[in-house]
Amino acid sequence: MEKSLTRYIWSNTRLQQIWILIVVAVSMIPYFLSFDLPKQIVNGPIQGTGFESPGATQTFMRIRYDVPYIGEVTFFNGLELTRFETLMALSFVFLLLVIINGLFKLYINTYKGRLGERMLRRIRFELIDRVLRFPPAQFKRVKSAEIATMIKDEVEPMGGFTGDAFVQPALLGGQALTALVFIIMQNFWLGMIAAGIVAIQGVVIPRMRKRLLELGRQRQLTARELSGRVGEIVDGIGTIHGNDTSNYERADIAARLGLIFSIRYDLYQWKFLVKFINNFLAQVTPFLFYSIGGVLALQGRLDIGQLVAVINAYKDLPGPLKELIDWDQARQDVQVKYAQVVEQFNVDQLVDAKIQALAPEPANRLEHSLHAVNLTISDDSGAPLLHHISVEIRPSETVAIVGNSASGAEALAEAFARLVWPDQGRITIDGTDLLELPESITGRRIAYAASDTYFFHGTLRDNLLYGLKHAPLTKVEYEGKHAIKYKWNLNEARRAGNPELDLNSDWVDYSSAGVTGPDDLFKVVRPVLDAVLISQDIQDMALRSLVNTATHTDLTDRIVELREALRKRLKKENLEDLVVPFKLKEYNPQATIGENLLFGTMKRPMMTNRKLAAHPYFRSVLRENDLYIDLYSMGLEIASNAVELFQDLPPDHPFFQQLTFMTADDIPAYQILLQKLQGRGIEAASPEERSNIIRLSFSYIEPRHRFGLLNDELMAKIVDARARFHENLPADLKEVIERYDPKKFISSATLLDNVLFGRVGFAQTDGSDKLREIMRDIFNKLGLFESVLSIGLDFDVGSGGKRLTNVQRQKLNVARALLKRSDYLILNRPLPALDQRVQDRITHNIMETIHKEGHSPSIIWVLSNTSLAKLFDRVIVFDSGALVEDGTHATLLEKNGVFKQLAS
Amino acid sequence: MLLKDEVEMLRRVPLFSGVAPAKLKLLAFTSERVSYKSGQVLFNQGDPADAAYVILSGAADILADSPSGEIKVAEIEHDSIVGEIAILCDTTRTATVKANSPLEALRISKDHFIKLLSDYPEMTIEIMRVLADRLSHTTTELSEARSKQKQHALK
Repeated sequence: MEKSLTRYIWSNTRLQQIWILIVVAVSMIPYFLSFDLPKQIVNGPIQGTGFESPGATQTFMRIRYDVPYIGEVTFFNGLELTRFETLMALSFVFLLLVIINGLFKLYINTYKGRLGERMLRRIRFELIDRVLRFPPAQFKRVKSAEIATMIKDEVEPMGGFTGDAFVQPALLGGQALTALVFIIMQNFWLGMIAAGIVAIQGVVIPRMRKRLLELGRQRQLTARELSGRVGEIVDGIGTIHGNDTSNYERADIAARLGLIFSIRYDLYQWKFLVKFINNFLAQVTPFLFYSIGGVLALQGRLDIGQLVAVINAYKDLPGPLKELIDWDQARQDVQVKYAQVVEQFNVDQLVDAKIQALAPEPANRLEHSLHAVNLTISDDSGAPLLHHISVEIRPSETVAIVGNSASGAEALAEAFARLVWPDQGRITIDGTDLLELPESITGRRIAYAASDTYFFHGTLRDNLLYGLKHAPLTKVEYEGKHAIKYKWNLNEARRAGNPELDLNSDWVDYSSAGVTGPDDLFKVVRPVLDAVLISQDIQDMALRSLVNTATHTDLTDRIVELREALRKRLKKENLEDLVVPFKLKEYNPQATIGENLLFGTMKRPMMTNRKLAAHPYFRSVLRENDLYIDLYSMGLEIASNAVELFQDLPPDHPFFQQLTFMTADDIPAYQILLQKLQGRGIEAASPEERSNIIRLSFSYIEPRHRFGLLNDELMAKIVDARARFHENLPADLKEVIERYDPKKFISSATLLDNVLFGRVGFAQTDGSDKLREIMRDIFNKLGLFESVLSIGLDFDVGSGGKRLTNVQRQKLNVARALLKRSDYLILNRPLPALDQRVQDRITHNIMETIHKEGHSPSIIWVLSNTSLAKLFDRVIVFDSGALVEDGTHATLLEKNGVFKQLAS
Repeated sequence: MLLKDEVEMLRRVPLFSGVAPAKLKLLAFTSERVSYKSGQVLFNQGDPADAAYVILSGAADILADSPSGEIKVAEIEHDSIVGEIAILCDTTRTATVKANSPLEALRISKDHFIKLLSDYPEMTIEIMRVLADRLSHTTTELSEARSKQKQHALK
């Protein structure tokens, strides 16, 4: 990257800078005209110069020039105007000039702003482009948060500076020079004094600024390190908690903040010292004019008129000069920042842009062997991981690589995946170095999965298909407003040196996954998910999630059928009492009283329990039949039971888990409440106390809590209140409450609740396990399992995939590699978080099912479990960085060498 | 069945006979009430032990795997506790328990059970008594078996 910011700006915005310079120059004409005009107005029409006689007129706006060789040319003869008319005309010209000046200013500022923003966009993009092309080793040295700060914050001032980079010095320098020349013209020696002081300013101030710049550099570095440390704290929070080192981190941060403070304070002091000296030098010039000029005038060597003219002219010098010095300060500041950033991004061995070139056409199959030739790899400390390894992996061959953890097997796999670069030797395909092949070949035809997984923030689907998004494959047609916006976006991207790739296009390369489009995607996704044993997890995610009823109509339209199938199945297996269904006219004993009353779900967050409880309609329903008195006395009973049971227990006692309707902290409050209210009627309680008591009854489930508070009469009352509640439901509640309807999909309830349409009985042990199995079976029988998977794939995996378990992440990582249908599938101990048994099953699945399905990639698998080696065509054994044995499983076993030791 | 009925039943279980009724109510409340049909399994031999069961009504067979197949070791009825040993030793289940009639039980989770023992020493002593009883029983059986074996060898 260009080291000098000025040159970088010039080379990227040359034409625009020249244009803005011209515009600024042109804008000077009306600017200076507007200076002259007030004098004309005052002298002419107001004071009456030229209008001495009543009725006198003046010529206005005569435009006439002396053109060389041609002589006088009259463009416009002008108008004859009276004194009053001239006043008005001149005033309007003044107004016109004000408007023109304003418009110029508006245009120039907008133009400069846009120029700056484009520049910022260009720099940021270029930096990220470089990050994408860093050699792998670079990422061991940099902290992600530091890079983020550099790209986000540190280059920010460069945008603002870009617009001023050339215009400002030209403009201000011009102004200052004009003023200086004018002074010199008045009196040479006084002019020289002014020039001398300017020269001193020009020499001294930048010198003093050197320290400012150094401090500025330190400030930038310490601030960057701070953000790096903050990033580390966030990423390593588990380690911090686990080791009680939070105070160590506090101390570290406090020390850093202290350092930043001292640097900033130093900077601040210097800045104002420099400012003081600068101002002093500016002010000392008039002092010299007054004293020296005065003496000269007294001695009669200087005309007093000249002295006054010089002092008047000097007024125009300090303004532009000060701004010029400020501009220079800003320039140096930005230059230092820029140089700091560029230094971090100027990395040796940057990946050539050609290697990452966009390739929309499918990559050809790799039909040649993967050769490692004399490969030597060392780690960062220089310790060798692999010594001079030469090995050939043939297409469609399955190879197990075994060896203990420091054997070098993993390093070889990483080198095949281009993740580490060899020190010596190389890896070739058909004679070409792997590192020189474009990523559009290696990234598509070679798949890699290791134990360290990375998932991007987004849905599971996005992450699973991530390995297929190489190029925008469809052309999106935009219409109307969108088309204009799209065109504008493209244009801007081009002007800022950004690529013109459309993110809205479908990037998923379905054909390379072996399907025709998004509709039959599950044809390949499902076997892969089954093979890595994760479809059950995804079904569970789907069951627990709310379903987007707009996109998953294939399932939601058949919800009635699903519910019926579940009922029938439960009946057939004699498990009818497992689920108590919701019926409009019946109380559901396994649901809370609140659920029984509401008989529906609330659309959160628009509606919550609290909002509903406060709603006048809901209150009026409770008040009829005195239901709220029943609920109140029930709440009192619950409170007294809970207080009796739990009052002696310490708040952290595990038994509190069972207390669903209040927390340990609530107990004392309810104890006091009970003392006040027990044995007295509801009138004794304040409205808030009432709702606190009634609230308890809403969470009550008789078979679970078994306090014996619910009788048939009360249940009938609640069912009756339910009917009344839904009968005249006001419009505002109708929008946010969905009534349970056996014929409809409830969009604000989870898929599980939708299918069950009831509550699982509490007395049923492992009911949910049984239900899971039954549901999977039903989904399969109705041909809906893929829809369920599709719902599960909408799951948001969170930052870095942290909402998934480690086991799930590793399984999905392998699934992602499998989906690519590559020619070389490299699996580098991909599943260490799993039980050995599950690892074995997945290995068998992949080796036996996926590989036998027609497409037969070469599989290179670094095994954790040596006994699985028998599944592979060939076994390579590594020991302390050397390839020690190579052959089929059977021959190696006979050989009585390292492999036999490892296998036993 | 209500909490207070459960408390009554718990009091009839020897293990809990010395515990104050208020504590038994707490135990009942924090335990899960579970019901099984005849033939349903409470837990299988080899499962990890996560809970003990107090049988409130009904009866269950205790079955153990042997080379000749599953054999019935004992039968338990209401007012008894089953599965507590495996919780204490942190081992897997040593036998399978299968309901032989409709069965109602309280399922006391492992954490809660351990917590109870540490809170109520009288329960711990009762458990020790039961264990010591079983041990002496087993020792007697073993010595009888050994002497039989010896006699057999002498013949």
